[in-house]
Amino acid sequence: MKGSAMAAGAVMLDPFSSIASHFNTSVDDTIKVALIGCGGRGTGAANQAMKTKENVKLVAMADVFEDRLKGSFETLTKVHGESGRMAVPEENKFLGFDSYKKAIDLADVVILTTPPGFRPWHFEYAVQQGKHIFMEKPVATDAYGIRKVLENAEIAKAKKLNVVVGLQRHYQSNYREAVKRINDGMIGDIISGQVYWNDGGVWVNERKPGMTEMEYQVYNWYYFTWICGDHILEQHIHNIDVANWFIGEYPVRAQGMGGRQVRTGKEYGEIFDHHFVEFEYPGGAIISSQCRHQRDCMSRVSETFQGTKGSVYTNSNNKALLKNYPNSILYEHAGEGDPNPYQVEHDELFAAIKEGKVIINDAENGAKSTMTAIMGRMATYSGKVMNWDEALASNKRLVDDPEQWSWKSQPPTLPDENGFYPIPAPGQTEVL
Amino acid sequence: MGNNAIPTESPEHVMEVSDFWMSVHEVTWQQYELFVRRDKNNADPISNEKLKELGIDGVSRATQPYTDMSFGMGKEGFPAVNITQYAALSYCKWLSALTGDFYRLPTEAEWEYTAKGGVLHDYFTVINSLDDYAWHKGNSSSHYHAVGLKKPNSLGLYDILGNVSEWTMDAYAPYENKSTKDFWRIPQELYPRVARGGSWMDERSKITPTHRIDSQPGWKIRDPQLPKSRWWHTNAPFIGFRIVRPRVQPTPEEIIKYWLKPIEDYN
Repeated sequence: MKGSAMAAGAVMLDPFSSIASHFNTSVDDTIKVALIGCGGRGTGAANQAMKTKENVKLVAMADVFEDRLKGSFETLTKVHGESGRMAVPEENKFLGFDSYKKAIDLADVVILTTPPGFRPWHFEYAVQQGKHIFMEKPVATDAYGIRKVLENAEIAKAKKLNVVVGLQRHYQSNYREAVKRINDGMIGDIISGQVYWNDGGVWVNERKPGMTEMEYQVYNWYYFTWICGDHILEQHIHNIDVANWFIGEYPVRAQGMGGRQVRTGKEYGEIFDHHFVEFEYPGGAIISSQCRHQRDCMSRVSETFQGTKGSVYTNSNNKALLKNYPNSILYEHAGEGDPNPYQVEHDELFAAIKEGKVIINDAENGAKSTMTAIMGRMATYSGKVMNWDEALASNKRLVDDPEQWSWKSQPPTLPDENGFYPIPAPGQTEVL
Repeated sequence: MGNNAIPTESPEHVMEVSDFWMSVHEVTWQQYELFVRRDKNNADPISNEKLKELGIDGVSRATQPYTDMSFGMGKEGFPAVNITQYAALSYCKWLSALTGDFYRLPTEAEWEYTAKGGVLHDYFTVINSLDDYAWHKGNSSSHYHAVGLKKPNSLGLYDILGNVSEWTMDAYAPYENKSTKDFWRIPQELYPRVARGGSWMDERSKITPTHRIDSQPGWKIRDPQLPKSRWWHTNAPFIGFRIVRPRVQPTPEEIIKYWLKPIEDYN
């Protein structure tokens, strides 16, 4: 992006800039985007960026897997090739663990959609280079990563960089309508709540012959805590984040239980198949958080809260229902025809960049909601009470510095002779 | 077929369909998930020769969805929803490969024939006391219901109207005033294709044997990936399916036409 709309106005009013205008009859308003992490979600996010009304061009792509990058390039070329928005020449396709730097250097805006373990360093570099950012949740997998993101969130703020985090409920109408009414006092103060992501679990990528252990773990990343964070982060963060958002605080304490009872195959790595956590908030609210990857059990992905004057129910299917006690409806969100929250994220990001009036900075909340889920995981892995300050100060790192990232490096967890990984054991596992 | 009073259902025309069996209930989550998981079907696989007769050289595996596709409305005994037409048809292919009998989705004409009660033509009785037969917006309490709780129509089909809309084999297009036998409008594009029957979300005026629903890209609006899923809708908790088996099994050459190829969704 050569200049924002406001800068263009300033140029035209400046009598001394007439020479410059000979070279540029119109201001180049192209916003250049780089995609870091070319899986299905990254490809989707790049598509959404190119579907905004601003003059967005994808100029660079980076991944560690060649087939992912190739597939993503082909898909995006099919959709945006004709419009000219897809503008990634061969030399701007970068492979390898350090490829993110090369791609970020070429852009005004970066899309960070690799597995979460790598995110803090990608975010840090993008902020250092002064780029606007869309990054997916979760934003880290350990407390060290969170501290890095928080630190750089402050720098981003100072540099007036826009940062959108893919906690898309913040960009979804039913949630926005609900939170408006909660903040207006419709249900009083929230004193308790239940948040859920209970379902049958997600995809598995099977080990291919010839893969190094590192290659396999990055390929089947969902099941390795250092890259994924466990499903309490990767999925359930959405619901935990809603609790933080609606209450307006972050919890001071967590305790919980969890384990791995049904989904025990080696292809499921080391993560638990269920977690149940009690979060305690400064104002006294207690939130129960459940997440489960077990088949043929109750499926529920939603949030419920009880306030001093009423209750609220929300889910990602555009529902919001606020009631008083005992049971009269105060507000019901219609939801039909609501915009796609994944598109709204990008619409608002690029509009903010173009107009320069509002600066979006989701990074701090993204980091603190991720930290909430990490604290929950620490509680279920250890079986101990976790306090926010101690959890956030933890020096137990799960992810090495980028200099150590290579296909030949040794991941922090390794399989036994039968291919099974060590599983956290409450009462024994140390997390701080 | 059709209803001259409604533009999208006009003109009324006569269609002939060959004999077929149709499943009494909408396919439930338990039945559908057997196909998604493929881990409980290691019983005697049918012979290669039999597979050839069914025009099957392989059945694609559905992906595990990222989130709860029932949207908390219940799974045990409840109809599977948010299923794409390709997924529903792949379920039929999987079931055919498992049993050796040819299963597919009903054509629009077959579906309407059964919804009208076949030759018994009971549909005025059904429409006149719709609440006894069908879940719709007015009585569903904003969610789908377990299959088979309402009265069946005169052919013994439960929830053929209401509860969840049901996929057909057909592309959606205006009717031509042509009377033919075993007509099927073969889809060339991903959208729109026809679903029938109306659902728990529809006003009772849409719960008729003639009402047509055209599928839309918006049914996947919250799929954050690209290409969007072949297997799952994200915004269609009203779309399910039931299956049919023709009494006379067609030749392999004819059957192959029914195994529609997937079309990538770049919307």
